Amino acid sequence: MTESTGSFLKHNLREYGMLISLVVIMGFFQVMTDGTLLEPLNLTNLVLQNSYIVIMALGMLLVIVAGHIDLSVGSVVGFVGALAAVLMVEYGWHFVPATIACLLAGAAIGAAQGWFVAFFRIPSFIVTLAGMLVFRGLSLALLQGQSVGPFPSAFQLLSSGFIPDVLSGESLRTTSMLLGLGAAVALVAAKLRERANQARHHMDSEPMPFFIGKILVFVALIVAFSWKLASYKGLPNVLIVMALLMLLYDFVTTRTTIGRRVYALGGNEKAARLSGVKTQWLSFWTFVNMGVLAAVAGLVFAARLNTATPKAGLGFELDVIAACFIGGASASGGVGKVLGAVIGAFVMGVMNNGMSILGIGIDYQQVIKGLVLLAAVFVDVYNKRKS
Amino acid sequence: MSLLEMRGITKRFHGVTALSDVNLTVNSGEIHAVVGENGAGKSTLMKVLSGVFPHGEYEGEIRFEGQERQFRGIHDSERTGIIIIHQELALVPMLSIAENIFLGNEPTVPGTFGSVIDWFAAHAKTRELLRKVGLKEQSGTLITDIGVGKQQLVEIAKALSKEVKLLILDEPTASLNETDSDALLALLLELKAHGIACILISHKLNEIAKVADAITVIRDGSTVRSFDCRNAAVGEDEVIQAMVGRKMEDRYPKRTPQIGETVFEIEDWRVHHPEHAERLVIKGVNLQARRGEIVGIAGLMGAGRTELAMSVFGRSYGRAISGRVRLHGREVDTSTVEKAIRHGIAYVTEDRKGHGLVLEDDIRRNITLANLAGVSSAAVIDEGREYAVATDYRGKLRIRCASVFQPVVNLSGGNQQKVVLAKWLFVEPEVLILDEPTRGIDVGAKFEIYGLMAELAAAGKCVVMISSEMPELLGMCDRIYVMNEGRFVAEFPGHEATQEKIMRSIVSAGTGARAAA
Repeated sequence: MTESTGSFLKHNLREYGMLISLVVIMGFFQVMTDGTLLEPLNLTNLVLQNSYIVIMALGMLLVIVAGHIDLSVGSVVGFVGALAAVLMVEYGWHFVPATIACLLAGAAIGAAQGWFVAFFRIPSFIVTLAGMLVFRGLSLALLQGQSVGPFPSAFQLLSSGFIPDVLSGESLRTTSMLLGLGAAVALVAAKLRERANQARHHMDSEPMPFFIGKILVFVALIVAFSWKLASYKGLPNVLIVMALLMLLYDFVTTRTTIGRRVYALGGNEKAARLSGVKTQWLSFWTFVNMGVLAAVAGLVFAARLNTATPKAGLGFELDVIAACFIGGASASGGVGKVLGAVIGAFVMGVMNNGMSILGIGIDYQQVIKGLVLLAAVFVDVYNKRKS
Repeated sequence: MSLLEMRGITKRFHGVTALSDVNLTVNSGEIHAVVGENGAGKSTLMKVLSGVFPHGEYEGEIRFEGQERQFRGIHDSERTGIIIIHQELALVPMLSIAENIFLGNEPTVPGTFGSVIDWFAAHAKTRELLRKVGLKEQSGTLITDIGVGKQQLVEIAKALSKEVKLLILDEPTASLNETDSDALLALLLELKAHGIACILISHKLNEIAKVADAITVIRDGSTVRSFDCRNAAVGEDEVIQAMVGRKMEDRYPKRTPQIGETVFEIEDWRVHHPEHAERLVIKGVNLQARRGEIVGIAGLMGAGRTELAMSVFGRSYGRAISGRVRLHGREVDTSTVEKAIRHGIAYVTEDRKGHGLVLEDDIRRNITLANLAGVSSAAVIDEGREYAVATDYRGKLRIRCASVFQPVVNLSGGNQQKVVLAKWLFVEPEVLILDEPTRGIDVGAKFEIYGLMAELAAAGKCVVMISSEMPELLGMCDRIYVMNEGRFVAEFPGHEATQEKIMRSIVSAGTGARAAA
């Protein structure tokens, strides 16, 4: 028993509402900037500029779904960048051990904050507000107020490198294009498998026309996107890192028992505990995870600037948290999707980028971003109340 | 003379008819009970009456004191003297009794244009109101420091401060113990003597029999019958029949217990209060339950029954816990919920919404939460299997819903309870501890849950049932423990137990003499 395509669309509009908004916003800036927005060079920049926000949004989403918040991530980005600079530039470490040390430092920071939140029940807002001050201060101290750089060139490739083009192409990076096509094929295969599984258990699935339409749209988007990038320098390394993390976190949140438990924890902690969920440890691990991802973002950001500055990461926590809420996460926990947060991050990113191209000052950019955040959440709440 | 007349009330939500042509007449100075199964439309009707659904959103007519009224909001209905007290109390926990009573309605110092609160007058008036409702508390006591029973009285005092003519109480005794319930009912009778009419929504027919002058039965959004109780007492069975639309021959399922060996034992269980470490809450309890047996635990509210169950179930209550739990004679470790579940113990909480369900989540996710391993391999959830499991329980327990993807928040109390039960059945426990399993659910769902308990016992499980409703303990249990002040004070075989015996053992235990079994 499948619904008609029309009524199905109506029911699921909310699900895809954010994606549609992103497309509309992109279309708007594409027109306003006379096509600059989607030029290969700019598209590449868009990915590079937003990668660290997207990476942190993945962790922040889990923290928010678990019913907490982490205000310290911007400072952690700064601190980890500073640590990386000190280790690689001042002490001359190879970038591999230095990277591992930075990731461990991120985990330790997350663990320290998570410890207070999970086991002593101090509100995460307060713990991470303290962390925000502490790690901003520590990055200043580490760098002694100076900018430190440049990084070894091997390390810079993390942010500024592109995947090597083994199959040489003159105007088109063939490897990148093939990777994009591969991703599209993988998506189709995964969706078909999911649908077969649904049918096997007699679950209602989407109406066939909608299913096919949706896949075609996504395949077209992936192919167009990789074609654009391939006609410039190819797929950036950091895009691969980001895409893999996205897939991993989407899988963990939607398909695994640990993901399911995080949602239950945020939805009703007492019920989760009485159902055998180790709620305290789970809260703790979401913070450790956030710390590691903030460290990854810190490394990406430092590599991109090719220098560590005491101000690095200032205010990032706000962009990351805004991305999650724009993407439909609930401030009271238990609700939110990884892909929503990613889309939220790109909504912010496209607006930053588009408004900069249009020459709108930083002052009004902030005003507009603030209003968009409020509007997104308002529409979400309004829809919920209406249904 | 009729005080209130609601005529031909029809209310629709997005095309679904919640009320259709409902009539309700309340005479001045009467206590009028409105009964019906959950989801029958009682609350919707009260929302129409109190203006939560403003005039124009429904069809029909409301006449109050002979005049037609068109309430635009709850303020309008309150101004005319209709005040509703909801099941979930609307008090601010960290404010005092006086502050709560006059919240939004504060007496002010003359000459300050209503901006400076006259606390002296507020407290004086509060003291007078508290005397009227018979509550012995200081006006400055915080709400959080008094029990639910007293909070209910504060709500009534608040209504009295607004010069109430018609008081609507939605399930006022649902979370009260017997003493508090009786006090509340006595208060209603006293208010009635002062000319205040009352609409009482309740599932507890024995309470209604005590106080009501008239009963209106609502079923599936329509008034099906009205009883006048002034002249002749109305039989409970007659009311139930009207509520469910069928004859209730037997309120409890017939069963022939086949009781085997002892499976579950609690020995010398002692638990201290989580905050006041020196206070012993459970004072050395011993319990045995056998294969195929339904064991009841009777007692008043605060006797320590929930605390006992929760402390056994993964130490979810209390601290400095000592004692042993045995399954089939072997001592088992139940120090975390996870371990307790692994050993085959399940606990169905009395607080369905607070402790039992993730309300925003759908039925399917709630059912599998305690046994995700049962629908996953290598920590990856098989959504198809999960759907199959949930659909299976939906059918077995007759959970009424559009699909298993419906959020549980929208289900009625009885169906929510079935979801909680499904969750614990999916764990496949050997020992199932049910804490107030039928609280706040309608007669039909109650019967289904009793049937389920009987099935489980017949399948060789141990069922332990905690309940404050003595008739259901007497109707269901093979053996009943009586608990009072943290101890088991008596034990009766099911066929020997009576309400009087149980009450007597509680009362005599209170005076120091321990009743013998």
